[in-house]
Amino acid sequence: MPAVQETVEQVRRIDVDQYKYGFETPIESEKAPKGLSEDIVRFISEKKNEPQWMLDWRLDAYRRWLTMREPAWARVSYPKIDFQNIYYYAAPKKFKAPKSLDEVDPEILRTYEKLGIPLREQEILAGVVREDGSTPSKVAVDAVFDSVSVATTFKEELKKAGVIFMPISEALREHPELVRRYIGTVVPVTDNFYATLNSAVFSDGSFVYVPAGVRCPMELSTYFRINEKNTGQFERTLIIADKGSYVSYLEGCTAPQRDENQLHAAVVELITLDDAEIKYSTVQNWYPGDSEGRGGVYNFVTKRGDCRGRNAKISWTQVETGSAITWKYPSCILRGDNSRGEFYSIAISNGHQQVDSGTKMIHLGKNTTSRIISKGIAAGKSQNTYRGLVSAHRKATGARNFTNCDSLLVGDKCGAHTVPYIEARNSSAVFEHEATTSKISADMLFYCRQRGLSAEEATALVVNGFVKDVLQQLPMEFAVEAQKLISISLEGSVG
Amino acid sequence: MNVEIRQMRTAAEQALADAFARHKDRLAKPAAIGALREAAFARFEASGLPHRRVEEWKYTDLRALMREAVPLAAPPDTNERARAREAGRFIDEAGARRIVLVNGVFAPELSDLSDLDPGLTIGALADRLSRADGAVPGAPGALDEDTAVSLNTAFMGDGAVIAVAPGATIGRPLHIVSVVTAASPCAVFARSLVDIGNDAQMTLIESHEGPADLAYQVNSVLQLAAGDKARLDHVKVVREGGRALHIGTLMATAGADAALNTFVFTVGGAVVRNQLAIVLNGERTEAHVGGASLLRGSQHADNTLVVDHAVPHCTSREVFKSVVDGDARSVFQGKIVVRPNAQKTDGKMAAHALLLSESAEADAKPELEIFADDVVCGHGATAGALDGELLFYLKARGIPQKQAEALMIEAFVGEAVEGIANGAVREALMQTVSGWLAARG
Repeated sequence: MPAVQETVEQVRRIDVDQYKYGFETPIESEKAPKGLSEDIVRFISEKKNEPQWMLDWRLDAYRRWLTMREPAWARVSYPKIDFQNIYYYAAPKKFKAPKSLDEVDPEILRTYEKLGIPLREQEILAGVVREDGSTPSKVAVDAVFDSVSVATTFKEELKKAGVIFMPISEALREHPELVRRYIGTVVPVTDNFYATLNSAVFSDGSFVYVPAGVRCPMELSTYFRINEKNTGQFERTLIIADKGSYVSYLEGCTAPQRDENQLHAAVVELITLDDAEIKYSTVQNWYPGDSEGRGGVYNFVTKRGDCRGRNAKISWTQVETGSAITWKYPSCILRGDNSRGEFYSIAISNGHQQVDSGTKMIHLGKNTTSRIISKGIAAGKSQNTYRGLVSAHRKATGARNFTNCDSLLVGDKCGAHTVPYIEARNSSAVFEHEATTSKISADMLFYCRQRGLSAEEATALVVNGFVKDVLQQLPMEFAVEAQKLISISLEGSVG
Repeated sequence: MNVEIRQMRTAAEQALADAFARHKDRLAKPAAIGALREAAFARFEASGLPHRRVEEWKYTDLRALMREAVPLAAPPDTNERARAREAGRFIDEAGARRIVLVNGVFAPELSDLSDLDPGLTIGALADRLSRADGAVPGAPGALDEDTAVSLNTAFMGDGAVIAVAPGATIGRPLHIVSVVTAASPCAVFARSLVDIGNDAQMTLIESHEGPADLAYQVNSVLQLAAGDKARLDHVKVVREGGRALHIGTLMATAGADAALNTFVFTVGGAVVRNQLAIVLNGERTEAHVGGASLLRGSQHADNTLVVDHAVPHCTSREVFKSVVDGDARSVFQGKIVVRPNAQKTDGKMAAHALLLSESAEADAKPELEIFADDVVCGHGATAGALDGELLFYLKARGIPQKQAEALMIEAFVGEAVEGIANGAVREALMQTVSGWLAARG
């Protein structure tokens, strides 16, 4: 059983601290003054050399944000965030859009090397074998370090296929018409408190445009890293799949271990036109805080996909193991007839983590279908909530949804909650929802222990079986990584 | 969306405040009750009528649905009392002892108070409230702060007070008949208290009705406490008139080894909200909570319940079904709470909605809130139209469309009604279902 072997080794390698990406890169960085004001918004826009319309858009967002209040409905609690005590822009000093990887600060390159993110194309192409015996796979990466994108790989090769993959700040300069046409059309400026904040101060993120009829030749991915102290990361990702195209996009994220809380408020917008498909996978591994609940990232993210065309499809897959607090609901607006939305999620919480996550499937078009598979695992003193909405509009004839959300509790100090909203306004809509909550069966554990597995190995095995449905949806490279993450998150929860 | 807006008082909120001031003399006495009412009304003033931004009232926007507050009902006159004589007869087969509330006022002359079973006492809430020491038990758990309950506490006038002594088995069911017979729109705030001692047993029927074309408002609360090893079968039937607003709250607590069965059947009323808050306070208790709603026209019916597993080893089952025709809307909000020490809890909740027309709507929010790890909890929810293949099967055997539909709807509702222990009550409800289907044409 390879999964088990993998798990065992992984567990052995982890320190008490569990979080292995908690190191900090000693690098000088240039920051905007602390706090938020119109000047800061102008500063960011100027840094990015943005056109006037973009600045106006940001300022409009900022002014609206001032009139909004923080949402309080989620089942999470945390001290009030002082939005004036955050740096809204931080970039490695000496950073001037490097032309090749050789110009990138070697410190940063080492950081990504340490995180296991391949940035060197030659290495990947040459099939270099790493120390641990693995070979990097061919994935185009956009690496975002604090507020800027430091490198994007395989740009040339993608260009040949017609795919545009670049940092959004670059896209604003090179393809302003595309960005202007789509940005803010899925997540409007005033969508919610954090999305509006993001609209005002977003610094970088990825932009992907897959032209009509193109199947993107490789997986695209973005790797986010918060490094600086007291900074917030506000990235913005915009992916457009034109008619009949396909793209698979992966997202990963980590941050150093710090005692204070860091804010991450991203916006992701996906747009699929006729017959197009986007597969969006996330392995979220922000620093979760220590065993006492100190520190950790506040992950307040707005992700939404819009199936604008007929037969369009958007699929979200997420493995959530990090962050002190997660507040995230990747959604699908099923506007086009016959369009399809999918949501596969594993959310694991341990220590003092609080997760409030789920999805929204909004059926507007005819014969739209959606599927939600959510697995929540709560351990330690954590609280894990699934919150989801499935709704069918009056005109959504033939809409169909299947939802399955299961929770697993490990230990008696954690909580698992399910808050589904089901709204059927069309009689031909068929909605099915089922959810269960249980603890790991003692019988299963006993069976495994009897065959010589330790308590931890047995737990990991049962948990891996529990989440298998979701892991299967992940691209290969990620599935392996995710499986390891699961054992990391649960370590220390047995007994 | 998240912009803070300070709402002005709506006309209904203003009218309620005026009513509270106008009836102050009556409501303020005795002092203990007066203080209770003051505090409750202050809670209402602070929150106002609940609207869609208030999570518990998300799908029943009372601020929009209750445009005006009608005057408090006056004590019923002879005519009004006389008109109440035939109320609640649809369920006579059950042979229940009738306790009649006319416009919210306990009417002993219409009630059957002779030959009370040993251990059974029946009284009026008004008597209890007029005594200086006439305490009313506080609301348990989830609905403490609820606006509708606060309003009821502020304005409650009368109701039935029923007690069953420990060990007593009350063979004959009790039927609280709540009927509005007023000639002009009025608001009724009734509260009934039911106390079932340890080891005691009882069947309680509660029915609500009123004139078909009168825009009256009912806010009724039933407070129920079941002791250890007690057994209670409770059925509530809402047959209010077509323009009525009905908010009914059941607050129940159960001790150890008890059996609590409650069923709420909604067929009438323009806007109906049934709130159920059930707290399982003793171990090994079993609660069955069920409901069925048959809705048409522009009816709006909301079943909102919270089952609170406060101690280990309890079992609860919730099954709710709604049939929605025309432009009607059915709402189900259910929540199972499992407290941190409530290990070995077994909870299952199901909500099913059948949509019969293009413009019908069903909203469901089945929630689980679990703080203990050794539990088995689940919920299921479905919404959809009648199964086309089943219909085809029936039609292929020569059964006309409408009749085939009726068969299927009857089976759908029947599954929920089946859980009611009393055969005569079950029968009466299925008769009501048949009547509803016949009216569908």
